[in-house]
Amino acid sequence: MQGIMYLGGISAIIFIIGIFVFIAKEGLPFLFGAFDLKEFFTSPRWIPTSENNPTYGALALILGTASVTGMAMIVAIPFSLGAAIFIGEFATGKTRETLKILIELLAAIPSVVWGFIGLTIMNGLIIKLFNVPIGLNVLNAGIILGLMAAPIMTTIAEDSLKAVPDKYREAAEAMGATRWQTIRRVVLPAAKNGLVSAVLLGVGRGFGETMAVLMASGHSINIPHSVFDSVRALTATIAAELGETAVGSPHYGALFTLGILLFIITFLINLTADLVVRGIRKK
Amino acid sequence: METPPPTPDAPDVLANTEIAVRVKDFSLWYGTFQALFAVDFNVKQGIITSLIGPSGCGKSTLLRSINRINDRLGYVRTEGVIEVLGKNVLDSDVALPQLRKQVGMVFQRPNPLPLSIRENILFSYTLHTPDARKRTKAEKDQIVEEALREVLLWDTVKDRLDHSATALSLEQQQKLCIARLLPVKPRVLLMDEPCSALDPEATAAVEELIWQLRGEYTILMVTHNMAQARRASDECAFMLMGKLVEHADTAEMFVTPRHKETADYIEGRYG
Repeated sequence: MQGIMYLGGISAIIFIIGIFVFIAKEGLPFLFGAFDLKEFFTSPRWIPTSENNPTYGALALILGTASVTGMAMIVAIPFSLGAAIFIGEFATGKTRETLKILIELLAAIPSVVWGFIGLTIMNGLIIKLFNVPIGLNVLNAGIILGLMAAPIMTTIAEDSLKAVPDKYREAAEAMGATRWQTIRRVVLPAAKNGLVSAVLLGVGRGFGETMAVLMASGHSINIPHSVFDSVRALTATIAAELGETAVGSPHYGALFTLGILLFIITFLINLTADLVVRGIRKK
Repeated sequence: METPPPTPDAPDVLANTEIAVRVKDFSLWYGTFQALFAVDFNVKQGIITSLIGPSGCGKSTLLRSINRINDRLGYVRTEGVIEVLGKNVLDSDVALPQLRKQVGMVFQRPNPLPLSIRENILFSYTLHTPDARKRTKAEKDQIVEEALREVLLWDTVKDRLDHSATALSLEQQQKLCIARLLPVKPRVLLMDEPCSALDPEATAAVEELIWQLRGEYTILMVTHNMAQARRASDECAFMLMGKLVEHADTAEMFVTPRHKETADYIEGRYG
């Protein structure tokens, strides 16, 4: 019995190392072959299928992912912090329980359904509202992704608000602070680490999300100049192209290199979130 | 700061007969449980009144009704009147921030905010001073120093005002919790077993501090410790089962209690 528990415990470590080894193994031949570091990070030309002169510039993809994630955070941060403050500090009894269940339900909606909403409802809405030719763009994908990331961010933010001892609120209120003053001047600063890590995990979610972004972003290689430009994300590129490449080809390796990049970014974001939660950045 | 602390029998303090807190026919329910029964209780201005009684007798409840911090629970119902400086604080139109500015509270466990020492002292001040942002740093420094001097903490912490207040010792934390009330010039200080989390030495130090504040502030102190009530208060009230049994001069109550219950309690037969 204990052996099974132990196996279960270390399996996570084995899997993560396994995944990394796999991605690295597939990506490395390309990294040491056709890979050009400067081109990869500075060129927006992602033309891996060219017969004579394939180029592997990931800049547009990186910016695509970054712009959609940035937009998503603009949507998700006010939503999720607002929801967390309401649930954690104001709502009581049934309201609170109902809201918590609803938010967990929201987190369980499959990403393809979100993508579908982006593709159909949001697309038409954006075209109509802003009078733009295409509604599949940074704005669309950002809003969808923001709504997707908000529930988990809300849950973590609310946990960190709940972890603030009530004696602080009582002390502030006994000095004559209103509910809002207490939240703004005592609770939020005390919960700061948890809130930052909630945002970081949301960012990590944004970088990693594939299907909804693929469907709602327009999936066209572009350096975005406004929120109404279509973009293509790193994840969506891998998902859309990997099935059509020959195993072991430079294109195949390039896609795995994108995977390595994503892996490193999300790893760093999650690590930072974790360190922040543990308060290591606190002096 | 230079005025010497008033001595126990300084006539100017005890001669004061003005009432700072007047509790009239006050009853309180937590949900359906009645915790206080028609309490009548007057707290004289400028002296230390202690509230004693066994656990669960309602002394903390009474104390926490005066600044209405009990309202936080949400299921509290009251009847009767509590007047602080002539105004019924149970009226629905009472501004709680204003009330709590005039009636400061010190809790059983020291509860400095998780901010720096300086920010703790300025917290209440900035809440209640509309143009606090316009005050210069020097003015605020002055306020911090005065408050900390008044609680005899200045020399210990003056070099680490930007350090976290939660890193201080319990005694220092409790003194800080008293100090942070002073910049807004409260009239009444409510103390809920202010020394019960402290060791004997710290207790002595905080008691001495409370004694020094006597005269300038009206102090109502709940205590579990009869020896403390005896040595550190002018008047004493004994509560039992949600009722106020006896209220008299401390010296008198401990020597010649009028009620049998009081006598039993102070002789340690229960509680």
